[in-house]
Amino acid sequence: MMAEPSDFYPVAPGSQPANDSPDYGSTHLRHPRQPLLRFPHTITETSGPRFAATQFPAMIDMSAVAGRAALGERIVVAGRVTDEDGRSVPHTMLELWQANASGRYQHPADQHDAPMDDNFLGSGRVFSDAEGRYQFVSIKPGAYPWRNHDNAWRPNHIHFSLFGAGFASRLITQMYFPGDPLLALDPVFNAVPDPAHRNRLVAAFDLALTRPEWALGYRFDIVLRGPAATPMENPGDHR
Amino acid sequence: MSRAHAATAAQTIGPYWHLIDDAALADLTRFGAQGERITFGGRLLDGAGAPVSDACVELWQSSPSADARFPGWGRCGTDSRGAFQFITLRPGPVAGRGNALQAPHLALNILARGILTRLYTRAYFAGEALNASDPLLLLVEDPMRRASPLAHPAGPGAWQLDIRLQGPGESIFIDI
Repeated sequence: MMAEPSDFYPVAPGSQPANDSPDYGSTHLRHPRQPLLRFPHTITETSGPRFAATQFPAMIDMSAVAGRAALGERIVVAGRVTDEDGRSVPHTMLELWQANASGRYQHPADQHDAPMDDNFLGSGRVFSDAEGRYQFVSIKPGAYPWRNHDNAWRPNHIHFSLFGAGFASRLITQMYFPGDPLLALDPVFNAVPDPAHRNRLVAAFDLALTRPEWALGYRFDIVLRGPAATPMENPGDHR
Repeated sequence: MSRAHAATAAQTIGPYWHLIDDAALADLTRFGAQGERITFGGRLLDGAGAPVSDACVELWQSSPSADARFPGWGRCGTDSRGAFQFITLRPGPVAGRGNALQAPHLALNILARGILTRLYTRAYFAGEALNASDPLLLLVEDPMRRASPLAHPAGPGAWQLDIRLQGPGESIFIDI
């Protein structure tokens, strides 16, 4: 069977969390029991939306509202978005959201007994540049309890949303912080089967990104699915 | 086949993703798109039949082609009934692999607390002649299950499809 030009690499074994992940309680009633239908990609899966900065204006600094600084440890997060062949993904939109320094989201459903911070709204939006590089400013999010199990706390994390080349590249993920003792206890993080892939969700502290007298720097590189550079023998043979 | 790096692992969108939401995103005609305007909506239900009220439903359609007036993509949060609704243009047939032709369809990603990797499904339109020869629908042997991605008319220009994550009537989810 000839490969079609836009075939994506199949999902790498162990790289993605299973939706049936019993340690994460909310998965119990929300994962399909039937096997996924195997169907090779068509243009519906390999094409995807494009976002213009004119319609989706960038919001690169979450650390202040109307010039009033949020409480917490100011951080710079930067990295590069590439595809699985290492090619940069330029001008792609990243959506970001996170808890404030106390571990509370600016969201009505979050009733955690921790202070709100009206100078921290907790969402941002940036676009990668021509080389796939992105950067934003925020404050380090706090840990928070989430009742998944006895004394359960989510590690510090920032939510990321990316689109990439096609609907098949859609990625929602979370960036974690190095050295967090809660990582080893977290069923969401540990749902990624292969530790090598799991640990890629942990940003690296980067002194070169750190701005003296102002903010600590963290590097978080992201890889999106995309068209394979070389045709595959069995493009429909996922996993 | 080889690759430099596997794609970054997915994680759940969680219960607080509304911080990036905007109700306008559910209307794909908001930039003045021209064509046959439809609403497409439904309810999202869990394995106990209860509404999933904190989900993010994202829609993509490769027909009609996206342009400055038609983004082809939308996002809609589910409400306390698990309901979502998009305003969009009715899609036409879509080229498949090789010489195949696909029946008109909408692509849907379901993202929510308790879903670690997005669930991908499609919605088709009941009564379309091409449904009988659609390459994806033909893969589903059980006729009941094959009919499960068919949206049904719910008034003029209105289409309805409930999505069941688990259990009786479970929707078809696709390995993407």
